[in-house]
Amino acid sequence: MSVPTFSGFGLGLRKPHYADFLESDVPVDFVEVISENFMVAGGRPRHILRKVRERHPVALHGVSLSVGSAHGIDPDYLVRLRALVDEIEPLFVSDHLSWSRTPGFSSHDLLPLPYTPEALDVVCANLDRAQDVLGRPMLIENPSSYLAFAQSEMTEWEFLKAVSDRTGCGLLLDVNNIHVSAVNHGFDPLAYVAGLPLDRVRQIHLAGHSQGEALLIDTHDKPVPPPVWALFAHVMDRVGPVAVMIERDDDIPPLGDLLQELDVARTVTAQRLAA
Amino acid sequence: MMLCALQTDFRDWLTCGSDDAAARFAPDAQAGLAVYQNNYRAALMACLEESFPRTAMWLGAADFHASAARAIDAAPPNSWSLDHYAATFPQSVAGQWPEDLVVGDLAALELALTEAFVGPDAVPLGADTLGHIDWDRASLAAVPTTRLLSLASNAPAIWSALASDADDPAPEPRVQPATILIWRQEHVACFRSLDPEETRIIALLIDGITFTDICERLVCAHGEAAGIQMAGQWLGRWVADGLLHHGLPG
Repeated sequence: MSVPTFSGFGLGLRKPHYADFLESDVPVDFVEVISENFMVAGGRPRHILRKVRERHPVALHGVSLSVGSAHGIDPDYLVRLRALVDEIEPLFVSDHLSWSRTPGFSSHDLLPLPYTPEALDVVCANLDRAQDVLGRPMLIENPSSYLAFAQSEMTEWEFLKAVSDRTGCGLLLDVNNIHVSAVNHGFDPLAYVAGLPLDRVRQIHLAGHSQGEALLIDTHDKPVPPPVWALFAHVMDRVGPVAVMIERDDDIPPLGDLLQELDVARTVTAQRLAA
Repeated sequence: MMLCALQTDFRDWLTCGSDDAAARFAPDAQAGLAVYQNNYRAALMACLEESFPRTAMWLGAADFHASAARAIDAAPPNSWSLDHYAATFPQSVAGQWPEDLVVGDLAALELALTEAFVGPDAVPLGADTLGHIDWDRASLAAVPTTRLLSLASNAPAIWSALASDADDPAPEPRVQPATILIWRQEHVACFRSLDPEETRIIALLIDGITFTDICERLVCAHGEAAGIQMAGQWLGRWVADGLLHHGLPG
């Protein structure tokens, strides 16, 4: 079973904008929430999510699945995520091609994987289990990364394609992450896009980044920069119906600023469709 | 290198940051390792800052950050939820400041309020339903976010002073053992101090107790008229505070 398509433009739901989403009709086609922020027993977070869900389709985006963990996935995590999925009936359920967990430890950061046959087996086994528990295929997002492993035997895009081939998962393409990793590791972002099974992309993230001492850092604290817009235009020439959104997690501006940025995404998409 | 070994090495780098741990990775990975370790520590620090704002005000920013950094060194996170990482901090900060009467209590109070904020939902018993209840049979239960917290200082008064917009200084710390009732009313986490007698009844209320049993206990202690009056006053306050769970037998 493949992930159904959805075409539209959305935003990540963040605390400074809760009142906007509860009290007005924000002109978006969907919203995305960080799953873990709402995997709580009750209280205001769940109340807000239920109210937002009454107005908008919701995509659940996780950061703690740890699909690349050699020790497997936390069963408690999956049970709680399934409960949230059952309540919210989300558009998509996504997480990252990364790992964060070893026994007794959780990094709360998206850590990189070596792209080896062993890691591929681990990711596919974990993702198969997650999709079984959730009762639906997931979307897996390409990460931004700050180091590469010499033992990798395939590129990231080859690895993502193999994961999708074997598990049936869809892809969440983070265009900023492609740019950040391409600069950090010196690969061609167009080759990355060309190597992906773009027919399996169901959602696109757009975000900004910062220049660190030696590397680009995926900070989500700035507007989408020109190189990311250019790569987005290149991607939109090649994908089918897709859900596009701006992902902003720090230095969060007024909602109106993000809606203007989303309008740029709409314009770029319309121009590519017209071309 | 097997994936399992690589991930163990990565965890060691994040948690201890030693040269030995870094040397297990290639030379060209060192800049990236620094980014990951910064991300790891920044996420945990942000979690503690967000969870303990009054504790940070009490200690001051520099001492709070130093305390949080030592807590991060001592106890890596082990849950999928970053919010769970806050749970060990009250004990850690109390241990780091043994001369401070208040700081551990203040952090414990903040943690309890945070836990109540996202605790299970329940429909509270409304005042309009009281007339329909068979009080001879009614079993009372507190909403599921209810808990009792034993504190040794006047941290609740200091919490309130720190939360206030007024410029009044926080009270001087002093030894003041008390039991604090924590619960959530609608979407707001609340607390208040209890006297020993109400503490005993609330402890029973958390697991469920009949109203008749409450009355009998208070009549035994205070006589019939005063005991029944006290039970009625408490019931009225509990209902007004949203402390009682709806779903009593009619």
